[in-house]
Amino acid sequence: MFGSIFNADFIASSIRIAIPLALAGLGGVFSERSGVINIGLEGIMLTGAFTSIAVTNFSQNPWLGILAAIIIGIFLGLIHGITCITFKANQIVSGVAINLFASGITVFFSWLLFNETQIMAKISLPIWGLSIPNLGEGSSFLRSIIIIFAHHSPLVYLTIIIFILSHLIIFRTPFGLRLRSVGEYPQAADTMGVNIVKTRYIAVITSGALAGLSGSFLSLEQAHFFVKEISGGRGFIALAAMIFGKWTPLGTAGAALLFGAGEALAIRLQGVLAIPVQFINMVPYLLAILVLVSAIGRAIPPAADGIPYEKEVG
Amino acid sequence: MPEIALEMKDITKRFPLVVANDKVSFTVYKGEIHALVGENGAGKTTLMSILYGLYQADSGQIFIKGKKVNIANPNVAINLKIGMVHQHFMLVPPLSVTENIILGMEPIKNNIFIDLERATNKVKEISESIGFKIDPYAKIENISVGIQQRVEIIKILYRGAEILIMDEPTAVLTPQEVEELFEILRSLIKQGKTIIFITHKLNEVQAVSDRITVMRQGKVVGVKNTKDTNQEEIASMMVGRKVLLEVDKKEHNFGKTVLKVDKLNALNNKKLPALKEISFEVREGEILGFAGVEGNGQTELVEVISGLRLAAGGKIKLYDKDITNYSPRDIREQKIAHIPEDRRQRGFISNYSVAENLILGSNYRPPFNEGLTLNFSAINNHADKLIKDFDIRPSDRDNLLKSLSGGNQQKVIVARELFGEPRLLIAAQPTRGLDVGSTEFVHKQILNERDKGKAILLVSADLEEILSLSDLIAVIYEGEIVAILDPKKTNEKELGLLMTGSVRNNKFPKKK
Amino acid sequence: MKAAKKIDYYSFLEKITPLIAVIFALLVGAIVIVIIGEDPIYVYKILFSNAISNRDGWGNVLFRATPLIFTGLAVAFAFRCGLFNIGGEGQVYIGAFLSTWVGFTFTNLPAFILIPLCILAAAAGGALWAAIPGILKAKRGVHEVIVTIMMNWIAASFTFFLVLRFKAPATEAMKAAGVKQMIPHTKEIAQAARLPRLYDIFKSINIDFPSYNQVNVSFFIAIAAAILAYYILWKTNLGYEIRAVGYNPLAAEYGGISVAKNIVLAMVISGAFAGLVGTNEVMGFKYRWRQELFTGLGFNGIAVALLGKNHPLGVVLAAILFGILNYGGAIVNIFTEGRIPRELIMVLQAVIVIFVVISDEVVKRLIVKRRKLT
Repeated sequence: MFGSIFNADFIASSIRIAIPLALAGLGGVFSERSGVINIGLEGIMLTGAFTSIAVTNFSQNPWLGILAAIIIGIFLGLIHGITCITFKANQIVSGVAINLFASGITVFFSWLLFNETQIMAKISLPIWGLSIPNLGEGSSFLRSIIIIFAHHSPLVYLTIIIFILSHLIIFRTPFGLRLRSVGEYPQAADTMGVNIVKTRYIAVITSGALAGLSGSFLSLEQAHFFVKEISGGRGFIALAAMIFGKWTPLGTAGAALLFGAGEALAIRLQGVLAIPVQFINMVPYLLAILVLVSAIGRAIPPAADGIPYEKEVG
Repeated sequence: MPEIALEMKDITKRFPLVVANDKVSFTVYKGEIHALVGENGAGKTTLMSILYGLYQADSGQIFIKGKKVNIANPNVAINLKIGMVHQHFMLVPPLSVTENIILGMEPIKNNIFIDLERATNKVKEISESIGFKIDPYAKIENISVGIQQRVEIIKILYRGAEILIMDEPTAVLTPQEVEELFEILRSLIKQGKTIIFITHKLNEVQAVSDRITVMRQGKVVGVKNTKDTNQEEIASMMVGRKVLLEVDKKEHNFGKTVLKVDKLNALNNKKLPALKEISFEVREGEILGFAGVEGNGQTELVEVISGLRLAAGGKIKLYDKDITNYSPRDIREQKIAHIPEDRRQRGFISNYSVAENLILGSNYRPPFNEGLTLNFSAINNHADKLIKDFDIRPSDRDNLLKSLSGGNQQKVIVARELFGEPRLLIAAQPTRGLDVGSTEFVHKQILNERDKGKAILLVSADLEEILSLSDLIAVIYEGEIVAILDPKKTNEKELGLLMTGSVRNNKFPKKK
Repeated sequence: MKAAKKIDYYSFLEKITPLIAVIFALLVGAIVIVIIGEDPIYVYKILFSNAISNRDGWGNVLFRATPLIFTGLAVAFAFRCGLFNIGGEGQVYIGAFLSTWVGFTFTNLPAFILIPLCILAAAAGGALWAAIPGILKAKRGVHEVIVTIMMNWIAASFTFFLVLRFKAPATEAMKAAGVKQMIPHTKEIAQAARLPRLYDIFKSINIDFPSYNQVNVSFFIAIAAAILAYYILWKTNLGYEIRAVGYNPLAAEYGGISVAKNIVLAMVISGAFAGLVGTNEVMGFKYRWRQELFTGLGFNGIAVALLGKNHPLGVVLAAILFGILNYGGAIVNIFTEGRIPRELIMVLQAVIVIFVVISDEVVKRLIVKRRKLT
């Protein structure tokens, strides 16, 4: 029984469930590393999910759908940036507003454009990689390897590349150094000539783009449809992953995989144990709370996180 | 005639409430250490901030090596080879020494990545050129304040600074670290640098500067060669009158032991030992002053006694009652008052009114709280009385604390804490950041309590204050008391040596 | 003297930023309406006139405002302690469910016991659900934003499970049509647990009022709750301590105030306010629990609290405004035969929130600048 639960399909499932969490969480990493809290990831993910399905269905091209989701994510990230960086408003409230906005606007356009609230994706992205050999043919180990690593949507491979790039950018490039300094002690960075405002805008727009991308994976690849509130709290679970991952790309990816595994496990256990499906549905959220409680004291956010930057004027 | 490194002519800068610089002219020769002295608020930091591009002057000109320049922001100043070491270090704690130094001017390899190897080599090179070693990989949050300052110096040398501005550099250093800093400054001069040194400590001016410019209330009142003058002359130029820290302390006998601290242990925020088996007593009518460099456990000591931090071991007794690890509310009920060292963070609620702040700590008790409602007439009467007694300005009890000046905010805190006749008063840095008038007021109140027979625990980084107010001085170093002295029989120099652990009083052997 | 007048002018501005925000949002909404191809003046005329021109309109507005007063108070009260209670959704679900359960379980109790009991249960359910994030924050320092949102989703699943356990039996008509229950809902609460409608009250004093209008006694409970919130916050020691913690927890701790205790109390009271939504939707309207009755109320409470500047009076006024928008939005949807979706109102509300927040900051900075010059 153990083998039938924890097999290659389980791992592949965990990866797929983790992707939107990881991407949105990475968006959170960029934003918070510069000192801006972005609670609006959930709303941006939702809007990205809707936009990619809408554009895909109209243009018959899923890649355009993904691009559109990224663009809309950039736009929403910009709004959040203007509110929080230029107007220095409360960052949590701004994020909540974006979520409210997203909930409304997605259903609004859903009705306007499609006359209903559940939209199927007309086209999917192709699977890249090797095809899975049938059971019994050849080595089962090879089969497992293919299932886990070589049989995925191109977005999965893209995500891995994005994560590696992000790690290098944040920890090995001048931009990354400046990003981290702005999030920890912006006054010091300012005296060194670092442009606080520009750095924060770049970070927040990046977080929007990533959240938008995460939404497109959710609707195009995972669910193959859009329905209202499809993001289902994932934008917040992504924040929990970011915290658990100590605001690093690789840590966030690991935490997202943990969440993915948790959800995949819960789904598999449902058939085995007689637990009502509603309790299985609670697992990701309970897991997130557990993660947050355990991360306290161990995961310390960037010191200037959430604090608008005020130049000291005499 | 020595070469002129920089000249500031007729600089005027106005802020909404004050003229910070009034037609100030300031000349510095190449290769000299030039001290810029004056009291708090004289305009020294403003002038240097203009030189560094943080502010723009309203009128006047700046010449670097004879050429007129317009310094619009720090980047321009850096390009002109001017560097500034601020009073509050501009270092990012979780980043390393090297990362802090190269921030904003990172060496690059492969067009994308930071060349860490080149960076660390440069850092080592610069530090060795001025005579010390530094660990380029150490994180700022793990190194001492003295070494952090050196990182600041390397930072500006890395950017090619020829003119170095140092703003009150010795404020956070021990006497020994001050000597080491002076050595560094002298070797910088040998390399042809020019140094401007802002300070109000005249013995340092004497020890290390070549020339002195004295400022008072926004104007330059004199420029002298150091060897042609002395501390008294400079001091009277600074304040315009003879200054004597006169404190009227009466002699009297001390009463029973009020506070008895026995082998107290406590951890700091990093879970390291901050207090190591500290023991001492304070009697009725006595002021026990704790002298020590910040970060040696004084903050934790005050927090533990006032209930804001847990004791890890040992006992605290108030008149034989064990009050160890009492909550802040229970501590207050024992009539222990606390003037906190960080008044903005701890001492008051800036969005509450004067009246609301004056009941903080007793808000839950009658007469202010009766049953289900607050008794507003009692609260208001209380406020009016204290405002009158302590001359709090402005006198409207509904003013929010955030609109009051620092001195008046401290008056509110003092008024609140002293009302209710505390048996023990803990005063931590009670006059920090206050002007002369407010400082005198606070000192008067503290001595008043002493005369009334209360016990007072005074913690201060101001050695003059400690020496003039205390009946007994305890020196704290690395969480231990290393000496207990009679203020009449000691001086700043001896205290300085004790505060840095260079000398230990034999009665206080080092704990393991 | 002149300077003092100038500051008063800006303080006045501070108080009307919500109005400015609403006007801006309506402008944005007008643009969207034009893009869709409708006439904004026509749309807004329908929206507002239907809501405020007659008793029926007012009744509907107040009915929709009532739950928003409760959730708005919940957010505002928690905010006064420096807490972001985004968990109104879940607290509403749980509080309303507990109230419903009491209502259909203790059917033998008379109304004067059962009604207060149900009201208490509503508050208790919400309070309990909010206590969990409150305790986590107080004891372990876990940030309440994510926890409360997770609790929302958990509450949705949990109440769904409960509804299936306490499902209402299929009616005869449904059995005859061979239709199984489509949308799950619980059994009905006892007659003795129901709150009278305004229609019933007006009828007894001979005032004309449509019998189908849903506004009920719960509206007065909401007003009472607002008065209670004001009283607690500004007239009691509890409120003094809660607000002190909200402004400066370090100073509060120094002053002997227990930060942990007040965080939990603030969340519990906040949750209780949210739970009271059950009195309107269940006790006063549907008489049974259905998830659709409650969706979005918690989140809209956030917008209401912000618009009302986290003050009970502001919350009531903002809730009424949102009630007008909600009802007006539904009418507009009908009048335009579905061309303008109701969700336009949701978008408007989000835009209002952003504008409120921005204009608050702008005015705040203007005041600080002016103050520095005096």
